[in-house]
Amino acid sequence: MKPNEAQTAVVKILYFAWLREALGKAEEELVIPDGVATIGQLAAFLRARGDHWATELGDGKAVRVAVNMDMADANTPVSGGQEIAFFPPVTGG
Amino acid sequence: MPVRIQTEDFDVSAEIARLREGNPKVGAVASFVGIVRDLNEGDSVASLTLEHYPGMTEKSVEGIVAEARERWEIYDALVIHRVGTLSPLDQIVLVVVTSAHRGESFKACEFLMDYLKTRAPFWKKEQTPEGGRWVDARASDDAAAERWT
Repeated sequence: MKPNEAQTAVVKILYFAWLREALGKAEEELVIPDGVATIGQLAAFLRARGDHWATELGDGKAVRVAVNMDMADANTPVSGGQEIAFFPPVTGG
Repeated sequence: MPVRIQTEDFDVSAEIARLREGNPKVGAVASFVGIVRDLNEGDSVASLTLEHYPGMTEKSVEGIVAEARERWEIYDALVIHRVGTLSPLDQIVLVVVTSAHRGESFKACEFLMDYLKTRAPFWKKEQTPEGGRWVDARASDDAAAERWT
């Protein structure tokens, strides 16, 4: 293991459907920022980017989240290596 | 494979024949086919594009099928869901369930559709004369899924 791998925890974040279009981004890798231990805190960090991040991930927007392909919520812990997905309520079938 | 996510169309009778092939215990087959309509929310729909979350979609639908197997005495279940761009009249989704008697098949088939609509990560975008728009989740679908809890 390289010296900095132990302390650098990275998550992969995916965005789908209208959220992907509104954010102009399908996926990104993010070093978990200081103070981010839960999905709720991660969403707050993303909103703090401002502009469409603040509005699209803001209160009143119906956004769901999954961690490692299981549905999650604001209290779900965030840790390195996770795949985290934000998306609108589903409309299949 | 009980769950298939694919762009290609499917042949309902071939899929039913395959699912019950060689099992003389099957006395009932229930199936549901979802079709693209040319009208939604009062606007004409020229085409429908289905997006999904590769990996999670399969995992969640497999979980729903496993739950149906626990709830009812069924022999087999099959779910095929298409993704990509579809046109009115096209088939979108197929659910087939086999069992000894009709009650189990009917219930499990309806349960699978209700849960597919509310839990599996698929999203529909319609092309209308006013341009593209993402379909909103419907409260009636949530209510339908609530019946099973």
